[in-house]
Amino acid sequence: MSPDRLIYMANQIGKFFKSQGHDKAVPGIAEHIKKFWDPRMKRAIFAHLDAGGAGLEANVREALTALKQTTTLPAAP
Amino acid sequence: MSLIEEIDYGTPRSKSETMVTLTIDGNEVTVPEGTSIMRAAMDAGHQIPKLCATDMVDAFGSCRLCLVEIEGRAGTPASCTTPVMNGLVVHTQTERLKKLRKGVMELYISDHPLDCLTCGANGDCELQDMAGAVGLRDVRYGYEGENHVFAKSHGCDNDHWMPKDESNPYFTYDPSKCIVCSRCVRACEEVQGTFALTISGRGFDSRVSPGMSESFLGSECVSCGACVQACPTATLTEKSVIEIGQPEHSVVTTCAYCGVGCAFKAEMRGEEVVRMVPYKDGKANRGHSCVKGRFAWGYTNHKERILKPMIRDRIEDPWKEVSWDEAFSFAAARMRGIQKKYGRDAIGGITSSRCTNEETYLVQKLIRAGFGNNNVDTCARVCHSPTGYGLATTFGTSAGTQDFDSVEDTDVVVVIGANPASAHPVFASRLKKRLRQGAKLIVIDPRRTEMVESPHVKALHLPLMPGTNVAVMTALAHVIVTEGLANEAFVRERCDWAEFEEWAAFVAQPSNSPEATAILTGVDPKDLREAARTYATGGNGAIYYGLGVTEHSQGSTTVIAIANLAMVTGNIGRPGVGVNPLRGQNNVQGSCDMGSFPHELPGYRHISGDAVRDQFEALWNVKLNPEPGLRIPNMFDAAVEGTFMGIYVQGEDILQSDPNTSHVVAALSAMECVIVHDLFLNETANYAHVFLPGSSFLEKDGTFTNAERRIQRVRKVMTPKNGLADWEVTIGLAKAMGFEMNYSHPSEIMDEIAALTPTFAGVSYARLDELGSVQWPCNEKAPEGTPVMHIDGFVRGKGKFVVTEYVATDERTGPRYPLLLTTGRILSQYNVGAQTRRTDNVVWHAEDRLEIHPHDAEQRGVRDGDWVRLKSRAGETTLRAEITDRVAPGVVYTTFHHPDTQANVITTEYSDWATNCPEYKVTAVQVSPSNGPSDWQKAYDAQARQSRRIVPAEAAE
Repeated sequence: MSPDRLIYMANQIGKFFKSQGHDKAVPGIAEHIKKFWDPRMKRAIFAHLDAGGAGLEANVREALTALKQTTTLPAAP
Repeated sequence: MSLIEEIDYGTPRSKSETMVTLTIDGNEVTVPEGTSIMRAAMDAGHQIPKLCATDMVDAFGSCRLCLVEIEGRAGTPASCTTPVMNGLVVHTQTERLKKLRKGVMELYISDHPLDCLTCGANGDCELQDMAGAVGLRDVRYGYEGENHVFAKSHGCDNDHWMPKDESNPYFTYDPSKCIVCSRCVRACEEVQGTFALTISGRGFDSRVSPGMSESFLGSECVSCGACVQACPTATLTEKSVIEIGQPEHSVVTTCAYCGVGCAFKAEMRGEEVVRMVPYKDGKANRGHSCVKGRFAWGYTNHKERILKPMIRDRIEDPWKEVSWDEAFSFAAARMRGIQKKYGRDAIGGITSSRCTNEETYLVQKLIRAGFGNNNVDTCARVCHSPTGYGLATTFGTSAGTQDFDSVEDTDVVVVIGANPASAHPVFASRLKKRLRQGAKLIVIDPRRTEMVESPHVKALHLPLMPGTNVAVMTALAHVIVTEGLANEAFVRERCDWAEFEEWAAFVAQPSNSPEATAILTGVDPKDLREAARTYATGGNGAIYYGLGVTEHSQGSTTVIAIANLAMVTGNIGRPGVGVNPLRGQNNVQGSCDMGSFPHELPGYRHISGDAVRDQFEALWNVKLNPEPGLRIPNMFDAAVEGTFMGIYVQGEDILQSDPNTSHVVAALSAMECVIVHDLFLNETANYAHVFLPGSSFLEKDGTFTNAERRIQRVRKVMTPKNGLADWEVTIGLAKAMGFEMNYSHPSEIMDEIAALTPTFAGVSYARLDELGSVQWPCNEKAPEGTPVMHIDGFVRGKGKFVVTEYVATDERTGPRYPLLLTTGRILSQYNVGAQTRRTDNVVWHAEDRLEIHPHDAEQRGVRDGDWVRLKSRAGETTLRAEITDRVAPGVVYTTFHHPDTQANVITTEYSDWATNCPEYKVTAVQVSPSNGPSDWQKAYDAQARQSRRIVPAEAAE
């Protein structure tokens, strides 16, 4: 899916958790994306992360990096 | 089956717990203190004659028919206004009383037409009944004297006579039949709270008068029907009764409009509905109704209703009527074809918040188990999904905490981003009743809604700028924390203390004070402080909120902030308090409960949980996908991208109701199979390949769950006009796709739901028939359901305080789009209007209008009623302006009930950070004078006309 939209959504999640401080925010963001994003959205944002992750806020980037390591997604059709 | 006759006890029930014993006609009766003698007698099975008394309103004592004699007391007091006392000995029938009553009736009848045989109320007239009850055989006065009955009297015009008022589309007012008992006036005041009716004149000149002797339609009357229900004669009568005649049987069912979930008696003659009468035993509505549920059911046999399945290859083709089997196999082949070509996850569906729990459950089951993915969502995505997220996070459950009765114990009511007078009218009436008893009201809303100021209601209004809810909520918390108004004992006992301290430190920051945030919110800090103090210290405080809270970029954050406020003040876990989301559609609570969200199975359990999935897999005999599916806005994005190509939409008009219509059009046009299952060719159907006709709530069995978590029966009163109930349609589609579903009645579906969902474990049709209704959780621990939640502790354990920082939406005003548009509803119309636009309710609201402040209008040269162009960066439309100071300068407002306006052409794709609930309530716009429809409107209209062509099926040989 269009990375721009997903980057925007991920950063929006990041903004909510920001005020909880880095240590709570990073797992909070990862958990939220894990629970609510469909595999094709996750695949697309991970691909964007692999490509340098331009536009992702620091906490969000960290959260996605951690999430990617613990996620096994079904292959794209 | 017979007509359900509800007992009229004559006066309201007393809530006293002190009991009083007296003797009525030789029988000892024990009743609560404060009960009238009339009611006590009825309790003992003795009906005292009455005309002006009815148990929906307070006693009035005007008709003098209910007189009784009490031993040791002088005279003949009215039993409706005389309270019981210990040891009273009452006689309801004596020679003296018989004579008095006969005399009273004789006077009444001397000024009443004797056209009983042809009268609309024939068979349902209390005046006739009372004439019979007192044995009236003769009227000594004759009928020639002064009267209100005849247009001419002794050859001259009769000044006392008034013609019928037929202005209301649903009922008539025939003044010649009025006995001036005041029941209608009191119902309008006490039950509805509108005060539209009064008695004008005195003595023989006394008349029921809508407003200042206006017509019913021209007055403040909101057509709730309370007066019609209260009228003991044919003075106020449903036009349907006049036309059809008296009903012969009735069935209790649940309204299919808003989330209040009013219980009605569908009064029938054969399979024809004669009228819908609110049911007094309905625990949500307690015998009251609004114009929609009471009268606006005519859409069920509107000529535009589609009764035959239809298919077409391309959306440019006309529709072709086909058999059910042909439609199912066409749809199944297309959907399976898409999956083969684009992968298993390339299709999905949307469950309907207008359909029953059972039907919703089946659709999500079909998607999860039959389609093999979790691409299921529901219209709650675009309304209350943030409620689900916010309340689950803080309290541990995705639902309101109270029942509607709770408002009777509330001292301070806070209404945020909701206009119950328009959108949840029956609850608004119950709320206003409490306000007239002295409860305080705080309204937080950009508009001065009907709730802010109405007869005998004056709220403390915090008119905030759209999009600043979180800043206002946090400022309220700031005042409570910094002024030492927090309920520390409650927080220590019930909530996580460390999280509270962190939160309290955050809200106490000077940047969150009302003074500091006023520049963003526009709310007077003095008023905000007063509101916070009142809520925190005024007794039982209850928060009611609506889509003005959820439909924002920070919708979920505001819900969390509301939960924080309730916790910090200890306003949780008993009658009179709580956090109460006012749900939009009739079954939006139910559709969420039934697992309509892509990430959770029925009962709000995440799809990734192995134990939960195991349970469903065992019963459904299929392997479930552990990954969450697409939400509605994600489906649209994926469709445009080419990875989501087929959708089954039950009872939901996504094209009209979802934001940024152009984007929705692009998404639907990109799909290879759109299946619309609905009553009408709705806007979405313009882009559909398969149309499966739906059945109305009158045509099927099932249950709805209202905003108080109350599960109520929907009962079939007629054969589905389209041949199949909606649950049968879903089964047909499932079978054609190779997924067997075997149910012979919706009760079997409910049994499956109960077996799989812990909060529904005790629910069955037998239980619902026995109790009338039940609020979940209903299980072993709470076999009769749960009116108030979180009584001894939160569902999640400790209540969780979460920091709520205000983040401004990215939808900003600027030189090109300097005004903020916010949207809402109106009383007479419902949601996208598919139903109400097809009823006489259009007399109240025939088009969407744009409310604009006089200052903004003048700057743009816009006069009241002018056509204006409304433009945002998403799109533009035209509609007529209504100049009003209900909106603040800089804010404009409209409704979204009419497809030719398409308010959602304007709204953007910004959405709640947590749930993707669209930000309907904030759009930067410009308004300018206009000459006519926009290019979009013209193109849309042409496409819609083209798309709705139907080629009828050829008759079978």
